Amino acid sequence: MKPAPFVYRRPGSLAEALETLAGEPDAKVLAGGQSLIPLLSMRLAAPAALVDINAVPDLDHVAVSDDGVRVGALARHADVLAHAAAAEAQPLLAMALSHVAHATIRNRGTTVGSIIHADAAAEMPVVLALLGGSVEAASVRGTRTIAAADLFAGPLESTLAHDEIATEAFFPALRPGEGVGFAEIARRHGDYALVGVAGLVRVEGDEVVEARLGYLSVNDVPTVVDVSGRSPEDAADHALTELQPDGDIHATAAYRSHLVRVLTRRVLEAAADNARSRQARSTEKP
Amino acid sequence: MSEEIHDVRLQVNGASHTVQVPARRLLSDALRHDCGLTGTHVGCEHGVCGSCTVLLDGRPVRSCLMLAVSAQDAEITTVEGLTEAGDVLSPVQQAFSDCHGLQCGFCTPGFLTTITAGLRDNPDPTEDEARDMIGGNLCRCTGYQNIVSSVLRAAEITKERA
Repeated sequence: MKPAPFVYRRPGSLAEALETLAGEPDAKVLAGGQSLIPLLSMRLAAPAALVDINAVPDLDHVAVSDDGVRVGALARHADVLAHAAAAEAQPLLAMALSHVAHATIRNRGTTVGSIIHADAAAEMPVVLALLGGSVEAASVRGTRTIAAADLFAGPLESTLAHDEIATEAFFPALRPGEGVGFAEIARRHGDYALVGVAGLVRVEGDEVVEARLGYLSVNDVPTVVDVSGRSPEDAADHALTELQPDGDIHATAAYRSHLVRVLTRRVLEAAADNARSRQARSTEKP
Repeated sequence: MSEEIHDVRLQVNGASHTVQVPARRLLSDALRHDCGLTGTHVGCEHGVCGSCTVLLDGRPVRSCLMLAVSAQDAEITTVEGLTEAGDVLSPVQQAFSDCHGLQCGFCTPGFLTTITAGLRDNPDPTEDEARDMIGGNLCRCTGYQNIVSSVLRAAEITKERA
């Protein structure tokens, strides 16, 4: 239960971090470390080098603008969760973040790190995928924007290149008429979910005209399904054609399918309620 | 290959410790073995049990999920640092004693640090909030009832002493 030896570098600037990373083909980036350190301790990962970016300045921002929320690579989950303007612009952030592990883990773990770790059982990758967000990637070769749809390659695998650092994640703001919901079932508070669902709907008047759902802990990658125009029962049936619930020591495949049905209905209702209450609130404003 | 050794300055409970450690030394191990502060307990060593919780710049973190080299210059508070001047038990420590909030005591350091920070953020928790506050810490003896009582009692003691 102790990590294998590695070379440790703690660069003081992003440029230095990128150069260090480019020179170490087997290096991993250390931000919060709440997933990486246990992987090292259990020796499921043994990189030759760690590039600790915690001393890199100007990466811990949570910036809210009309178009959405930008979260820097060193912003801790707890900081994003406590950010009132971020929760107002995109309420799915706080809804999902309150399910991320325990408060103590959220104090150190970073939202961007969780996304790049690309665990299909984690909350923030599916949130980014559902909202159609993106990640900024920097390397000595330059910078690029990776859309969430192109980010998740497989279990625990993102399309970030080995010499790139994800410097920021962008979560689009809710637009007028839209609402969101989130629910998950875990064996114990703070555990990985057996199944989790994030929902994004758009209402016109009282009617839901668009609906998309993101599923975590069902497939190998966060999976987004369009269920526009479907009843909650029909939506779950349709989602299950794109999901392959698997059995493991935590739950059988049949139980996961059952949870997909229950949570699909709950999240669709919650997201529609959220959309309607936001709409009512916005019409009350002078 | 000989492993690179780093000089790391750890600020623990107001005292400065300079330790020579390999980069892979976990903060929990550095506190126990290099600083000699064995109050921090190591249970699961992968972030689940909460026994090794310390305060890093005032916020609870798992010391087994941090490298000692990453903690350079941060202010660390371990369970040894909770006791007040003149060896007076802190409100949380006193409450655990009053309410029988511990049995074997292995998990206790993690609860004490977590609750100390939790009450700073929320000085007057409801019972539900008290349960939520300790949701990331495992105890295999008490069944938690007396720990919840201890959280509520600690809030009272803090007010009595103010």
